[in-house]
Amino acid sequence: MTDDHQLRVSKIRNGTVIDHVAAGQALNVLAILGIDGTSGEAVSVGMNVPSDRLGRKDIVKVEGRELSQSEVDVLSLIAPAASINIVRDYDVVEKNRVVRPDAVASIISCPNRNCISNADEPIRSRFTVLSDGVRCDYCETIVREDEVAANLDVN
Amino acid sequence: MRQDHLISASHLSREDIEAVLDRAADIDDDPAAFRQRHAGKVLGLCFFEPSTRTRMSFDSAMKRLGGQTVDMGPVESSSVKKGETLADTVRVVEGYADALVLRHPSEGAATMAAEFVDVPLVNAGDGAGQHPSQTLLDLYTIRENAGLDDLTIGIMGDLKYGRTVHSLAEALTNFDASQHFISPESLRLPRNVRYDLHASGAQVREHTELDEVLPELDVLYVTRIQRERFPDENEYRKVAGQYQIDSETLEAAADDLTVMHPLPRVDEISPDIDDTDHATYFEQAHNGIPVRMALLDILLSQDR
Ligand SMILES: [Zn+2]
Repeated sequence: MTDDHQLRVSKIRNGTVIDHVAAGQALNVLAILGIDGTSGEAVSVGMNVPSDRLGRKDIVKVEGRELSQSEVDVLSLIAPAASINIVRDYDVVEKNRVVRPDAVASIISCPNRNCISNADEPIRSRFTVLSDGVRCDYCETIVREDEVAANLDVN
Repeated sequence: MRQDHLISASHLSREDIEAVLDRAADIDDDPAAFRQRHAGKVLGLCFFEPSTRTRMSFDSAMKRLGGQTVDMGPVESSSVKKGETLADTVRVVEGYADALVLRHPSEGAATMAAEFVDVPLVNAGDGAGQHPSQTLLDLYTIRENAGLDDLTIGIMGDLKYGRTVHSLAEALTNFDASQHFISPESLRLPRNVRYDLHASGAQVREHTELDEVLPELDVLYVTRIQRERFPDENEYRKVAGQYQIDSETLEAAADDLTVMHPLPRVDEISPDIDDTDHATYFEQAHNGIPVRMALLDILLSQDR
């Protein structure tokens, strides 16, 4: 990573930089964070930026916002290589790799339309995290990593 | 068993399976000894889709243990019709019964229902998901006819939607069984079942033609290919005919090949096989009674 690449996305003062997001996933990251531009946060997005580690990557910078654990859990499913940098007063004060949780609840909808978790029952969707995807705890359907974003149940 | 419920064959260990099959063999030997075993106990039958045979089989099994059954009746005339959730229904029926049997059209229904009740719950089929009590009677039949170790089994037909196939394949991973799956491309095993088979290190091969493996098989387990799975009738005819067997087909098979089918069949097994030594499907259906008696006996006898 060179300074030149950093400059493609403007610096933020306080907030979070989500770096090393798989190329093409930046908009899904915004969806997970519930950011659609209407609530006024300053957001910068770099897409298909050259990266030594990933070839190409996306970067998302969000001013004035630190992420919750459940947001990080979901991010880990669509961007397992992501690093999350907390910025205060223009300095990176904390740098964390995402860690995949063992299970996630309420954030992914089961793509099996006949799954009981999609019926009108008093339960939350729940998935066990596998090495390359997630599996519905109810119907056992497997959602591969590259399909997770399409089944996000955010907002 | 490790848990109080029977939800998925993937939860069954070899010990669990053998405990049920051994108990079923005891019952087969001396049914009279079990006649009053669960006198005074009540089994709740919750069938959210019609299945006369499975329901009758559980009903009969419970009564032969001295117990009784309560049946919620057809969905059309129940509170479900008024929009009650499954979670509510099972919590209500739990109050009437010592154990529940659930058949439901949605995958995962039994897993969910078990989260809401304290009495043992048996999954009697959830959509295209699992049907583990069928698997136990299948395993009992296989053990009686061919043995469960050093077994070569062919499983043929609709492997994608066939819940009996999914449960059987997963349960067989507990044994030294080599499994051959024979189906049209479009009806191959679903991803999650393959995943489990692969994860358990099972010996699995897939075929589109029966004759590639027929001579090696100890057991051929046939399932029905449903017309409604195909967008057009011609496509269905082309495929279905290819997976029908008759006595001529079986000339290439071993003399002691056991042919099984969860029934009902349509035309995938010709009646000319019925009178041969290969035909085991009616015996298989009858085994539902001792096996379900054994299962209920074990679930109802646990200290809770
Ligand atoms: Zn599901």
